[in-house]
Amino acid sequence: MDKQMILQVYDTMLTIRKFEEKALHLFEENKLRGSVHLSIGQEAVAATVGAYLRKDDYITSTHRGHGHAIAKGARPDKAMAELMGKETGYCGGRGGSMHIADVESGNLGANAIVGGGIPHANGAALSAQLRGTDQVAVSFFGDGAANEGIFHEVLNIASIWNLPAIFICENNQYGMTTAVDSVTSVKDIAVRAAAYDMPGEVVDGNDVFAVEKAIKKAIKRARAGEGPTLIEAKTYRWKGHWTGDPEVYRTREEVEEWKQKCPIKRLEEHMQEKKILSEKQITEKHQEIDTLIDEAEEFALKSPEPDPATVLDNVYDEGEN
Amino acid sequence: MSKKKYSAAIKDVIAEEMRADSSVFVMGEDIGALGGVFGCTRGLQQEFGKERVRDTPIAEAGYVGTGIGAALTGMRPILDFMYLDFVYVAMDQLLNQAAKLRYMYGGRASLPLVIRGQQGIGRGNAGTHSQSVEAFFTHIPGFKVAMPSTASDAAGLLRTAIRDNNPVMFIEHKALYATSEEVPDDPEFAIPFGQAAVRRQGKDVTIIATSLMVGRALEAAEKLAAEGIEAEVIDPRTLLPLDLDTLLHSIEKTGRAVVVHEAHKNNGVGAEIASQIMESGFKYLDAPVVRLGAKPCTLPFSLVLENAVVPGVEDIHTAAKQVCYK
Repeated sequence: MDKQMILQVYDTMLTIRKFEEKALHLFEENKLRGSVHLSIGQEAVAATVGAYLRKDDYITSTHRGHGHAIAKGARPDKAMAELMGKETGYCGGRGGSMHIADVESGNLGANAIVGGGIPHANGAALSAQLRGTDQVAVSFFGDGAANEGIFHEVLNIASIWNLPAIFICENNQYGMTTAVDSVTSVKDIAVRAAAYDMPGEVVDGNDVFAVEKAIKKAIKRARAGEGPTLIEAKTYRWKGHWTGDPEVYRTREEVEEWKQKCPIKRLEEHMQEKKILSEKQITEKHQEIDTLIDEAEEFALKSPEPDPATVLDNVYDEGEN
Repeated sequence: MSKKKYSAAIKDVIAEEMRADSSVFVMGEDIGALGGVFGCTRGLQQEFGKERVRDTPIAEAGYVGTGIGAALTGMRPILDFMYLDFVYVAMDQLLNQAAKLRYMYGGRASLPLVIRGQQGIGRGNAGTHSQSVEAFFTHIPGFKVAMPSTASDAAGLLRTAIRDNNPVMFIEHKALYATSEEVPDDPEFAIPFGQAAVRRQGKDVTIIATSLMVGRALEAAEKLAAEGIEAEVIDPRTLLPLDLDTLLHSIEKTGRAVVVHEAHKNNGVGAEIASQIMESGFKYLDAPVVRLGAKPCTLPFSLVLENAVVPGVEDIHTAAKQVCYK
């Protein structure tokens, strides 16, 4: 990863972290409603993958999808407005936190059904293959989704059709409150790739350089028409499954242990060591992103609510084909 | 015009649309070499190749979801279901995803997607291969639902479905595939959605029938005519959108209506049609609207039992007389 790429990934990680912290704060202040699933602690996967995708590549995401959207180029202000259900949000307040999409920029959407978005990335990959482009499609999903039938159906289809699809399992150790090892037949979900005759790789999801290595290889393979890849990024969510999760299923010690492996802190240490950014520059970067996120909050708060008279708009597309 | 079977009319429209638009392609089970159990894709793989006429694994949720992703990114997939009963295996992708994505994305996405296949009685396939699934897709907003009852309608409605920018549930009937009639040769022949067809004119009672029941309603109408009752038979052709105007126009004249479908009567589309008639046309009615549909049990295997469950000509005849107080 060159210096410019490191700075880009760092910028994205910091934006995701501060966006999520702001969302939590706003939720606690009752300025957000509904389900808000935070990806604090998991930023390295989204940010690194996003940095290596082209603008015309595709992603699909999950109920924990703010980070993926930002990494694919979503603006924090429009994303925050969507979390508040405002007209200016990515979905005009119709989708909310769990359904942020921006199809034109290749984000085919977050998906609130576990595993629900995996086939959509597969279909985008099929579409690219049929149209004869070298676009690739990435599906982000969690460890829980790897036990859904649709995951297995889709990996089989991607393999037999040699699709330019990249399946990225962010294993954050818990499917809601259930420990992954208590409900999963294998220690490493990546080994399931073997059943579908595709490469499968486990990486440290809190290490941007480990993610970099794996995603570059998968993208190269997909663009060359050599087929799909399964990557399992081991990571951890610092916050509960949802805001208000009593977290009775894990210990404080375990959470603290993972906080020591903070992906952002690790990259900051690396950058200081390699003299890419000084401590002072890092502080300035934090302030810069704080301002960006404050502006996003301001934009979202000031944005108009959707007009109830438009509630029946867009059930159908009545435009000409 | 060419005389064609219902199944051939479908196959020909798919082929014509694939020739005209490279983004149209077909996916499904056993559609390639076999050409589908009912021949609706026969010969298409030979003409268009395995890329565009794609045999899938037996993985309905997987290929429907893959079709959704393709539709979101510039393609116009036709997803073939050997039996529409199998949609239940793919319901998350159909009802949580295909139906909702455009709305949830604030209208900033389109899903030009056709789900087509056959349903209903007629082959002794029993409970999991003889059902009628339309009510699921008229209940959850987002789908359009077409149910052609003739070869010509199958052609005209399918062309509209393929060219539509929304998910369309295109419901054929296994017992209609072998029926034939004159079908226009014009490769632009299309029947707009939301236009009911008046199959028989009459002044005494309106019989609203879908799919296989259209033929039975016409037969019942002949019996009624012999007894001095002139029935008007209307085929809505699409349930969503529903052409309520044509139904009300008829009922304004007849004052009486029977709604008949093969699907279960309980919570079926007939209940919705009857309610809409009462909400908008109560002033025209001289009798309560009567609904006919399958009895509330699983479709049985035995032909004798199957016939006892689904409305027959005699049931329609009796219901029409009932609303005429005869």
